[in-house]
Amino acid sequence: MSMSTSEANFMKLQFASRSENESFARVAVAAFVSQLDPTMDELTDLKTVVSEAVTNAIIHGYDSKPDGVVTITVSIEGETVILTVEDEGKGIEDVELARQPLYTSRPELERSGMGFTIMESFMDEFEVASTPGRGTVLRMKKRILSKQAMYN
Amino acid sequence: MSLHVEMEVLGGTLIVRPHGELDHHTSDMLRTKIEEAIRRGNVRHLVLSMRDVSFMDSSGLGVIIGRYKQITSLGGKMAVCGANPHVRRLLEMSGLFKILAIEENESNALSSLGVVS
Repeated sequence: MSMSTSEANFMKLQFASRSENESFARVAVAAFVSQLDPTMDELTDLKTVVSEAVTNAIIHGYDSKPDGVVTITVSIEGETVILTVEDEGKGIEDVELARQPLYTSRPELERSGMGFTIMESFMDEFEVASTPGRGTVLRMKKRILSKQAMYN
Repeated sequence: MSLHVEMEVLGGTLIVRPHGELDHHTSDMLRTKIEEAIRRGNVRHLVLSMRDVSFMDSSGLGVIIGRYKQITSLGGKMAVCGANPHVRRLLEMSGLFKILAIEENESNALSSLGVVS
């Protein structure tokens, strides 16, 4: 009966741009979203997306410097999860180029260039807003078809 | 979450068994360990056994692509085995399925490389 939810539930998380926080971020988002009773596959997709977004913020936004702040907001509207991942780092000069599969601005770091492609295909909606010198905001949505709904 | 890496050399093939979650944080460590083992010598081919990897993102793909380049530049071959459906999906998305031997288990991976286990 998730349709009866009239006010959006949300959570907001801020943490240092350190790679050891990547697993914390995905676990925290997964725990919050669990209230929608998602399938294991849906949770794994979301965890992967959070991991990609936070890794991008750390590596590209903050050039792997640990003194940046990554902000994650998750809200739940009905059966839809709205996820934003934000940094105040250097921004993306060419968003269209960054979104190309297999493109990476840092080949020397052995990046696969699949981060944006994974986020786009695992979420229903995906938007990038970036200002060079100011930072990047990723806004994404995914509808959770709960296990409950699958059995009804 | 961390990653624990087990390695074994069998008939000139390095078998790498990471246990845990493979993300940006842990993939640097995995890369260093495999690179060092290949540099130490006596390694012709590489098998990456993913059976105990519970989570992977594109950083894991980066390490796989990097090691594939490293081992093939030395004239060797590489196989990945034991990947769960989530990991398989990422391997498919990245096109790695087309260039790597993707096998069910270690013994299939070893035979695909022509190594008798």
